[in-house]
Amino acid sequence: MKKMIWTGLIVLIFFIILAIFAPFISSYDYKTQDISLRLQPPSLKHIFGTDELGRDVFTRMLYGARVSLSVGLLAVIIATFIGVLYGAVSGYLGGVLDNIMMRIVDIILTIPVLFLILMLIVYLGPSIINIIIIIGLTSWTDIARIVRAEVLKIKNSAFIESAKLIGLPKRVIIFKYIILNTLGPILVYIVFGISGAILIESGLSFLGLGVQPPYPSWGNILMSGKDYIHTAWWLILFPGVAIFLTVFSLNLLGEGLRDLFNPKLKKE
Amino acid sequence: MRNYIIKRLLLLVPILFGITLITFSIIHLTPGGFTTVNLQMDIRTSPDSIARLKSLYGLDEPLYIQYLKWLKRFIFFDFGNSFLDGRPVLIKVAERLPATLLLNISALILEFFIGIILGVTSALKRNSFYDKSITVITFMGYSMPSFWLALILMFIFGVKLNLLPISGLKSVNFDFLNTGEKIIDILKHLLLPVFITAFGGLAYISRYVKNSMIETINQQFIKASYAKGMPENIIIYKHALKNSLLPVITLLGLSLPGLIGGSFIFETIFAWPGMGRLAYEAAVNFDYPVIMGVVTMAAFLTLLGNLLADISYALIDPRIRYK
Repeated sequence: MKKMIWTGLIVLIFFIILAIFAPFISSYDYKTQDISLRLQPPSLKHIFGTDELGRDVFTRMLYGARVSLSVGLLAVIIATFIGVLYGAVSGYLGGVLDNIMMRIVDIILTIPVLFLILMLIVYLGPSIINIIIIIGLTSWTDIARIVRAEVLKIKNSAFIESAKLIGLPKRVIIFKYIILNTLGPILVYIVFGISGAILIESGLSFLGLGVQPPYPSWGNILMSGKDYIHTAWWLILFPGVAIFLTVFSLNLLGEGLRDLFNPKLKKE
Repeated sequence: MRNYIIKRLLLLVPILFGITLITFSIIHLTPGGFTTVNLQMDIRTSPDSIARLKSLYGLDEPLYIQYLKWLKRFIFFDFGNSFLDGRPVLIKVAERLPATLLLNISALILEFFIGIILGVTSALKRNSFYDKSITVITFMGYSMPSFWLALILMFIFGVKLNLLPISGLKSVNFDFLNTGEKIIDILKHLLLPVFITAFGGLAYISRYVKNSMIETINQQFIKASYAKGMPENIIIYKHALKNSLLPVITLLGLSLPGLIGGSFIFETIFAWPGMGRLAYEAAVNFDYPVIMGVVTMAAFLTLLGNLLADISYALIDPRIRYK
C-alpha cells in the first residue's frame, strides 16, 4: 500500500519537475520548425527524434507535459469545487431540495459523458481553456455523490450535534466540520479525476478536437505521428508511454490513498 | 415489487424530459449552428438564402416552439429526419447500432469471463506472486490510453505481421465471401477492438470478484463447511463461488448502458461504423435531429439498464425482495 503511494508519487514528481523546468532542460524551442531536420530518428542531438516539421520531439513532450498535466489538474479543481459544494449542500440540507438536486445529478449522469464533452467542444471550439472548463463542468457529478454520502454519514454524528447545540452557524458547520472530514474521499477522487481528465484530453487531442497546434500536448503529438507510423516509430512510442506512465502512477497513488483512508483494510 | 417497478418507470418520465431539455439547450444556445457551418464558406450565400434554409428546417421559430414540436413528435417515437441526408434518424441509428452492440457485447462477455476467472483464482491465492502480478497487469490495462494501444497493435498485427485487418467491420470483398468466410472475416475484424476494450475493463471486474470472493470465504457458513469435512473443491466452486458472484450481477447491470454508447475516440481509430461515429458525425455537422435522437435513445437505454439491474438483483437475492 505504501509502496503504491510512493511509486506513484515519485514518477509524478519526476514528470512535474520536467514540466516546470522544461526551458532549462532542453535548449530547443517547441515551435521552431526546420524542414531540413524532419523525421530524424532519436540521436544524441535529438534524444526522442524530430517530428514531421523538424521540431525536437523531446522538447515538445516537455512542454506537452505542462499542457497535459495542467489541463488535468485545473479541470479537476473546477469539478471538485462544484461537486463538493453541490454534494455538501444537498446532503446537509436534505429534504425536498436534496431530492431535486440528486435527480438533476441523475439526469446528467444518464447523458454519455464523452458525447456531452464532444458536443460542447464542437460548439464552443477547441482551445486549452475550453477543454479545461468542459471537462470540469462534465465531471463533477461523481464527487457530488461521494460528498453527499459522506455528509449524510457525518451529519448525524455526535460532534455535529454538539456543534449545533452550541449554536454554530450552518456555514461553519458545513465548511469547517463536515467538508474537512470528507477530505479523504475527496483527495482520492481528485487523484483519479486527474488521470481520467488526462486520458480524455489526450484522446480529444489525438482526434484534433483537443489542444490545437502549435501548442504541443501528448495527444496531438500522437495525432501527427499516426500518419508516419511506418517510418517514424518514435513519434508514437514516446508520447504514448508518457501518457501511460502518468495515468498509471496517478492510479497507483489513488489506489494507495483509497486503501489508506479505508479503516476496514487497515486492520488486516 | 410491482409497485416498486411502476414507481421507477414513472420516475423515468421526468428524467427523460430533463435530458432532452439539457441536450436541446446545449445544441441551440451555443454559438454557431447548422446554417453558419454549412453556408459561411460559400460566397454566393445571401441573408435571404440563409433565412430560407432556416425556415426549411424550422430553425426560424422561437426556441420553445422548436422544442415543443420536437417533444410532440418524440411522443410518437418520431425523431425526425437528418439534416444531412434527409433520412429518418431512427433508420440511421438502426444502421449503426449493430456494429456497436457486436463490439461491446463481445468485449463484455470476454471481460466478465476472464475477469471472474482471474478474480476467483487470485482470491484463492491471496498475496501470492500470481495475485500481485494479476493486479499489476490488469491495472496496466486500466491505465492504458486505449487509442494508443489500438495504434500500436494495429501497427504490429495489421501492418508488420499482416495477420489482422486494421480497420472497419468487414473486408472490401465481404459480399463475395460464403457464410463461413463471412463469419471469419467479421471475427478477424473484431479481435483487436474487442481485446483492447476488454483489457481496459478487466481490472475493475477482477478486483470486484476477488473482494467478493474473499468476503464470502471468510463467512461462517464456509467455515462450517470446512469444519464438517466437506471437500474443498465443493466448498469453493459450489458454495463460495455462487454466493460471491451475486454482487457481480449488479456490475453486469451497470455495464449494460455502456453497450450502446460507443466511444467515438475508439470507433474513429478503427473506422468502426458504430454509434460513437454517428454521434461524432452528427455533432461536427450540427445535425440537430440526429444528436437529439442519439442522446435520448442512449439515455433511455441507460435508465432501462439501471432499472433491469436493480430488478434482477432483487429477483436473485431474496433478502432484498422481502424488504
